[in-house]
Amino acid sequence: MRIGIIAIQGDVSEHVDAVERALCERGIEGEVLEIRHEGIVPRCDAVILPGGESTTLGRLIEREGIAGEIQNAAKNGIPVLGTCAGLILVATRGDEQVHKTHQHLLGLMDVKVNRNAFGRQRESFEVDLDLPFLDSPYTAIFIRAPAIMDAGPEVDVLSTINGRIVAARQNNVLALAFHPELTPDLRLHHYFLDMISVT
Amino acid sequence: MELENLRHGTELIKRGFARMQKGGVIMDVTNPEQARIAEEAGAVAVMALQAVPADIRKAGGVARMADPEIVAQIIDTVTIPVMAKARIGHFVEAEILESLGADMVDESEVLTPADEMYHIDKTGFTVPFVCGARDLGEALRRINEGAAMIRTKGEAGTGDVREAVRHMKKIMGEVRELAGKDKEELIKVARDIEAPIELVLESADLQRLPVVNFAAGGVATPADAALMMRLGADGVFVGSGIFKAENPEMMAKAVVEAVNNYDNPEKLAEISRGIGSGMKGMSADTILPEEALQTRGW
Repeated sequence: MRIGIIAIQGDVSEHVDAVERALCERGIEGEVLEIRHEGIVPRCDAVILPGGESTTLGRLIEREGIAGEIQNAAKNGIPVLGTCAGLILVATRGDEQVHKTHQHLLGLMDVKVNRNAFGRQRESFEVDLDLPFLDSPYTAIFIRAPAIMDAGPEVDVLSTINGRIVAARQNNVLALAFHPELTPDLRLHHYFLDMISVT
Repeated sequence: MELENLRHGTELIKRGFARMQKGGVIMDVTNPEQARIAEEAGAVAVMALQAVPADIRKAGGVARMADPEIVAQIIDTVTIPVMAKARIGHFVEAEILESLGADMVDESEVLTPADEMYHIDKTGFTVPFVCGARDLGEALRRINEGAAMIRTKGEAGTGDVREAVRHMKKIMGEVRELAGKDKEELIKVARDIEAPIELVLESADLQRLPVVNFAAGGVATPADAALMMRLGADGVFVGSGIFKAENPEMMAKAVVEAVNNYDNPEKLAEISRGIGSGMKGMSADTILPEEALQTRGW
């Protein structure tokens, strides 16, 4: 099993560590690949878009020729996880801020996103979140986090905060507004690994 | 979900924010127009300040926090995070920047220090801080005060990367030296470098600083930025190097691409071609000791 992590910018090593630990807990032979250039995505069984600055990430995955490869992989059913900035990138539609910065979106999930939906860094927060597939709350870290304001009929809404969607899944694409890689709790990485084994 | 259940300003959130900047370039800007150029070039954040270090050097006098009006305008202009500089020990400037909505405060030696004895107690703030350091002891003292990010001091405003190289190698080397030492030896190290033992143990265990470490001070070209990444920096701050270059737009974009391709010399050659000359700069060893910025803070 080969899991690729877009490694252009953001908290890449945290995702690498979390995936490696999750694989180890399962006793699965797996390889984690850091993707900074084109040509690597097609060799992966799953792709993770980490947190970082979505404007920067969006621009550079386009410049490096990675964006189209992710779209193709997703179309072929390869599981894709987007966390925070990654959630913005997988969306089909964005808010005014997204238009203002000519943000490149990959359009993998039928949702409209708002960037910085909860405010600036001083408004960033931690909260214990309920998720339908977990038996106890998950401590979620939201950093200048986006949220989904509007989701199409094919999207499963997994969790909300004050009416704003912060976790959603559409078939092989999982989007989280928070950072599962910043805490030692690996349950969401395990959930994502389950999505790979199914396909 | 009740909004009062949200916890703000925890260590995890502050350090997490710094981690999101990794692999990125943070650019000094003095007005909204420059901020827009930086964002367009792919900067992960901008640093708002009154004048870039090269101009602070030239102008002399007391360098302070930027005009809040300018900081507010920059915040309104870009969607990437906006950081801003406060003087060492000037907790009121930091509070003002926090109230404006700055995403990170840089307690910076580039400005004239306000306190000769103490740095700001950063644990009391919701906003995270970045502080400069020249060695492991200095870095861990700042982390102990609550800094969520460290940057090398280099010698700001010179365009001469040598001091940033010296500081990065010093910190990386001192961390490597911790490996293989037993607890008593680490206690002795902590005493010698005047750093808390817990943070020394943590650094020894992680084999890196407990927070993100960026390069800063004298980075002026795409090759300089790539060099700092090769030396183990998590990302790069560029000050005078962008807006004192012949063509700031091209230089900004090239530095961003260089950080993403830091280990590919052929790509770096391509990125560095025809971007116009870098800032003129000055050799760091021509600076009189009393004019050095890196010796401010301790």
